[in-house]
Amino acid sequence: MLYREAGEFKSTYQADQAILTIRQDRWFMWALLAVAFVLIPLVSSEYWLGTIMLPFLILALAALGLNVLTGYAGQLSLGTGGFMATGAFAAYKLATAFPELNILIVILMSGAITAGVGLLFGLPSLRIKGFYLAVATLASQFFLIWMFNKFGWFTNYSASGVISAPPMAVFGDNFVTGPYATAEAKYLFTLTLVVLFALMTKNLVRSNIGREWMAVRDMDIAAEIIGIKMLPTKLKAFAYSSFLCGIAGALWAFVYTGSVEPLAFDVNRSFQILFMIIIGGLGSIMGAFLGSAFIVLLPIFLSNAPHWVGLNIPVDLISHIEFMVFGALIIFFLIVEPHGLARLWQLLKEKLRLWPFPY
Amino acid sequence: MTIKRIKTSIIAAAVISGSLVGSSATLAMESQFIGSLVYRTGPYAPGGIPWADGFADYIELLNARDGGINGVKLELEECDTAYNTDKGVECYERLKNKGSTGMPAVMPLSTGITYALLDRVVADKIPLITSGYGRADAADGRVFPYGFVPPATYWGGADIAINYIASQEGGYGNLKGKKIALVYHDSAYGKEPINTLKALAAQHGYEFSEFPVPHPGLEQKATWLKIGRQLRPDYVLMWGWGVMNATAIKEAAAVGFPREKFIGVWWSGNDADMVPAGDAAKGYKSLQFNGVGSDFGVHKQIKSELYAKGKGSAKSAENTGEVAYNRGLQSAFILTEALRTAMAEFGNKPVTGEQVAWAMDRLDITDARLKEVGADGLFDPIKLSCADHLGKGRAKVTQWDGSQWVAISDWIEPNSEMLRSMYEESAAAYAKEKGITPRDCK
Repeated sequence: MLYREAGEFKSTYQADQAILTIRQDRWFMWALLAVAFVLIPLVSSEYWLGTIMLPFLILALAALGLNVLTGYAGQLSLGTGGFMATGAFAAYKLATAFPELNILIVILMSGAITAGVGLLFGLPSLRIKGFYLAVATLASQFFLIWMFNKFGWFTNYSASGVISAPPMAVFGDNFVTGPYATAEAKYLFTLTLVVLFALMTKNLVRSNIGREWMAVRDMDIAAEIIGIKMLPTKLKAFAYSSFLCGIAGALWAFVYTGSVEPLAFDVNRSFQILFMIIIGGLGSIMGAFLGSAFIVLLPIFLSNAPHWVGLNIPVDLISHIEFMVFGALIIFFLIVEPHGLARLWQLLKEKLRLWPFPY
Repeated sequence: MTIKRIKTSIIAAAVISGSLVGSSATLAMESQFIGSLVYRTGPYAPGGIPWADGFADYIELLNARDGGINGVKLELEECDTAYNTDKGVECYERLKNKGSTGMPAVMPLSTGITYALLDRVVADKIPLITSGYGRADAADGRVFPYGFVPPATYWGGADIAINYIASQEGGYGNLKGKKIALVYHDSAYGKEPINTLKALAAQHGYEFSEFPVPHPGLEQKATWLKIGRQLRPDYVLMWGWGVMNATAIKEAAAVGFPREKFIGVWWSGNDADMVPAGDAAKGYKSLQFNGVGSDFGVHKQIKSELYAKGKGSAKSAENTGEVAYNRGLQSAFILTEALRTAMAEFGNKPVTGEQVAWAMDRLDITDARLKEVGADGLFDPIKLSCADHLGKGRAKVTQWDGSQWVAISDWIEPNSEMLRSMYEESAAAYAKEKGITPRDCK
């Protein structure tokens, strides 16, 4: 009754091509953005903004990147952590070599550098497919981390191999990195970037590039027969995916933690992000955010919950319970909806359309 | 509003506040909150549990015996990091504003978490105390006003190891032409000693070679074949972590490298790492920045005050002598001494992180004080200043006899002059990169 497109007529091509064609969807999205940009910074504590929302947004961006490659173009990748590290180290080298550069430029350039690295590691994808490609990208994960550990140049010869972000401002005194950046500034900066890139990705996957990716994903031979060139299509997916992952890595190192060692981007990070898109939904922008919320927020919620209800449980027991509940929930969701949380969201909307008179 | 409604809301409020806080909130007004980041779960839990038990036991001892510090009760809350940096940051943020004055200091117990917190503690004005880990150059208090590294750093540890080797060989002069290898965990932590060992190699003329072991370090066959059959060094040093330690010791035994010439840093010297290596570990040596065993006065008090009454944190009183347990005691001791110093200045009430940082700048743990608490020989005296956030940085060499650690040297002091200039150089580079103006310590 409330959520129904009946009576909404499109009179222009523009309206027909809009991302959200149903009015209620548009309202919902505007409301969501208003909550994210205005309400959350107003009511949240520093703990919520800096410790919960920031990693959620940054990892959602990385999941978005991986979703382009794996969900849309069908190229299974385990190199996400390596690409994030590339972004982080590129940003560090740029920021220390050219201190006058604006942080936005540093982050975009580190994304571009990561895109280049992604292109390089995407080359084998023309010959290697499926699980074998996963193993090939796993090699990039280990190679990149090893490289940043091995060569002192990447860390400006720091004794420990740890990189640390200099204080940088977007404009004027609005620091987003370093000790004097406020949680609000960090959050809004990250949120703006993530929203812009999500919008860009959404449009990209609706364009002919995105359609080529999906054609390759669904059946590569058929795609080739209808005239899609394999190599450029796959490489575009690798480049764009690495671009987003690189930016996520740069944000992680600069805005979230401030200092980071290569081990922060080890293979576990790659798995974490792969699980996000599997649970969130392959081939869905919404899925990247839902998956990130599930993987990042749920454990924090589970480990805090006993305190909130006033139970005094030893910390090791809380940790173990957290693992068990988390694992059980993953299995539950994959049984209920193998296509991820995004599919559940879609089903909910379908049901809502018919409500209250289902047939 | 009807009377019934008021009544229900009052009852509801009472129930909510009662269930939420119970006894702790009423005490929180005058008790000192202490947040402790521990890892009782995860892949490194065997080393993390005794530390957490030691830390908790010392705090509980003060509460049980003295009613806290100067009448201020201590309220300890743990948060489990599982040695995971993401979780550690979340724990820190969760705990930092608890209690009436917030967390007085943070001891993250992990290199990764330490680095992730470096910026945050400056903004939050909470001292970051990393005992025997973290950034060695935080010894320069001018650049790191909130970073403290007593009682020892990795660079100091490397120097102490070479110092010990020199004394075994009959003086630094005999080091010339000797071969010393370093087996290290390929991470920020493992790489810390390399620069020091290289500088010392240039100074004393020993031949230095490095062997990185990728995380987690379960596969070291090739490394040890190269060490044992090809290079045949005179001494091997190890900066290992977790399961890597026991594996390295077993592989050393397999290639017949004498364990007496195999010296690990303190994190390669946990009891939990020696037991899995079995007989292979016999004779293996390790640096320790604290004494070993459970025969000290403080242990006796903990046993009688806590374990005899069933209040101890560890499974049984037997566990109170483990090296990691003693380190937990030491961390709690350093923190509570800093709290005492802060209370002496700011009054006997809960203190803030900033006040504890002030106290850490003036921390003076003397021999007499150590005797008083029954820890002489267990801990080394520490005296810090505004510029010096390390102290003497001494450590002992201990040897595993098959069932426990035995101290085989007295406190060894590192070459402070050389290290001090290295700390300052590294700290200055950090300050430049981060745009920090070093504070004036006059």
